[in-house]
Amino acid sequence: MLNYTFRRLLTAIPVAFIAITVCFFILRLAPGGPFDGERALPAEILRNLRAHYSLDQPLIVQYWMYVSSLLQGDFGPSMVIQDFTVSELLAIGLPFSLMLGFTAFVLATGIGIIAGMVAAVRQNQWPDYVLVLTVMLGIIIPNFLMANLLQLAFGVYLDWFPAGGFVNGSIHHLVLPITVLAWPHAARVSRLMRGSMIEVLGTNYVRTAKSKGIGERLVLVRHAIKPALIPVVSYLGPGLSYLLTGSLVVEQIFSLPGIGKYFITAALNRDYGLVLGTTVLYMGIIIALNLLVDLVYAWLDPKVRYR
Amino acid sequence: MAGITGKDVVLTDYAKKLETLDAPKGRSLTQDALRRLFANKAALVSIFLLTGLVLIAFFGPYFLPWSYDAVDWSNIRKPPNFEAGHYFGTDQNGRDLLARAMQGTQMSIIVAVVATFVSVVIGVVYGAASGYFGGRVDAVMMRFVDIMYALPYILFVIILVVIFGRSPVLLFVGIGAIEWLTMARIVRGQTLSLKEREFVEAARAGGARPFTIIMRHIVPNLTGPVVIYATLTIPEIIITESFLSYLGLGVQEPQTSLGTLISNGSQVAEAMPWLLIFPAIILVTMLLCLTYLGDGLRDALDPKDR
Repeated sequence: MLNYTFRRLLTAIPVAFIAITVCFFILRLAPGGPFDGERALPAEILRNLRAHYSLDQPLIVQYWMYVSSLLQGDFGPSMVIQDFTVSELLAIGLPFSLMLGFTAFVLATGIGIIAGMVAAVRQNQWPDYVLVLTVMLGIIIPNFLMANLLQLAFGVYLDWFPAGGFVNGSIHHLVLPITVLAWPHAARVSRLMRGSMIEVLGTNYVRTAKSKGIGERLVLVRHAIKPALIPVVSYLGPGLSYLLTGSLVVEQIFSLPGIGKYFITAALNRDYGLVLGTTVLYMGIIIALNLLVDLVYAWLDPKVRYR
Repeated sequence: MAGITGKDVVLTDYAKKLETLDAPKGRSLTQDALRRLFANKAALVSIFLLTGLVLIAFFGPYFLPWSYDAVDWSNIRKPPNFEAGHYFGTDQNGRDLLARAMQGTQMSIIVAVVATFVSVVIGVVYGAASGYFGGRVDAVMMRFVDIMYALPYILFVIILVVIFGRSPVLLFVGIGAIEWLTMARIVRGQTLSLKEREFVEAARAGGARPFTIIMRHIVPNLTGPVVIYATLTIPEIIITESFLSYLGLGVQEPQTSLGTLISNGSQVAEAMPWLLIFPAIILVTMLLCLTYLGDGLRDALDPKDR
């Protein structure tokens, strides 16, 4: 197991490195720059600014400087939001974004697994039908539309929850954003869980366990859940990646104080440092979590272990 | 010599019988698949609704008195009003929402079809090549796909759009250029099993070059999974496009797309809910139909998977 972990870790490093390289060059080769404003800056000032941020160096030198400072944990300065380093901006916004994403992730995965199980056991009865409808809505409606509709329904007409904004420590303000984030994820998880659970419930070993006379609940808990979780776990990696990046948008719509607000304006203003920093950080988190998911997968499914 | 076993007589009789026999007609795989598809009520309804939506979106504007960018100065910010001829109401600038919704649907459909086409072409060629050549080539090509997967999707789309500016054509290409990854994986998997089959071996023995084998022998056999996946890609691209437009990165005024309409409508949803509700209904209907159609096609083309 340790060997497997170590090897997976080693393959993750070149992947991360190449991804950073791709991002860096794509962003730099884009037309425009961080100092293009409504009014053109005087040539000398522009030259000084570019020299200050080392933008006048050849691209390959800049790349080398960026990577070496990244390895020391320094994301460099933000070029548009002056007086702030990228690390400072990330430190302001990121904890909130991650908190939002992870809360939604944990809630949605739990709800999805339980709902999928209930639907599988009560196949073609009313819980199943309710679930299929809810799942369809969750998967079909894109998150920005869902956010707007929920804002209109619960924030404006019913006035149950605030339609946006955030007050420190208030769970009330987080209900709608987390619902928007969690719904599609829970929908996909429960669909996978329902499918695999139905399959597992039809296998020989479950029939054997049932015929031994232990109760239905015990069969579920002891024999059915673990194998049924395998496809769900393999979805968790990409699912989490969708959730974390999706939270950028949801934050923007509900005007929450996360990193989302900065990222979108940063991309528009060619704030190289901030865009690259956020992307790199998210990528790191996603790669790390994919690694974790692979390890859980190896634990669940004896067939992939120690390969 | 003939006639020791009476073999010739038996065979001649049999041949004659075959000639006169009213042979049972075989059904081709396509016919079989179509029959299964039409037996699926959800898929059938989806096909009708989608056809209707497409026809209305493309031909409807010719029957409306308003064009999508025409301003009706006497009806600004009006809710749906049948007497004035604004069936969906008008927006803040007095433009007819029905005309704008038609134009927006048109735009979303065009974006989706072109981007899906781009992603299918790239994905199929890349995946087939990777699977066919195998070995080190395969390893390198698939590692690249893994890396692209690791990039946060939305961030990457935003970066691409910023690079390519706001031209709709580049928007199609940019979205298509990202969506091909899953297609490449699916195609590669299929190719791995296809290339071991006898007809590929025969083609190779006959001296066909790898590229010819891929295009003539492997790609046609991938039709099933490719069609299924393409149908499921279209709604994804519609969502991506409307998401970009929602952020203001997509289609630009006075042209519009469903995402732009929803984005504009959401800002005034409290005072003028019709500006949000109607585009939302169109978008959700379209996505729902495409998803059911995709599921129906999967059941029809791939009976094993049921």
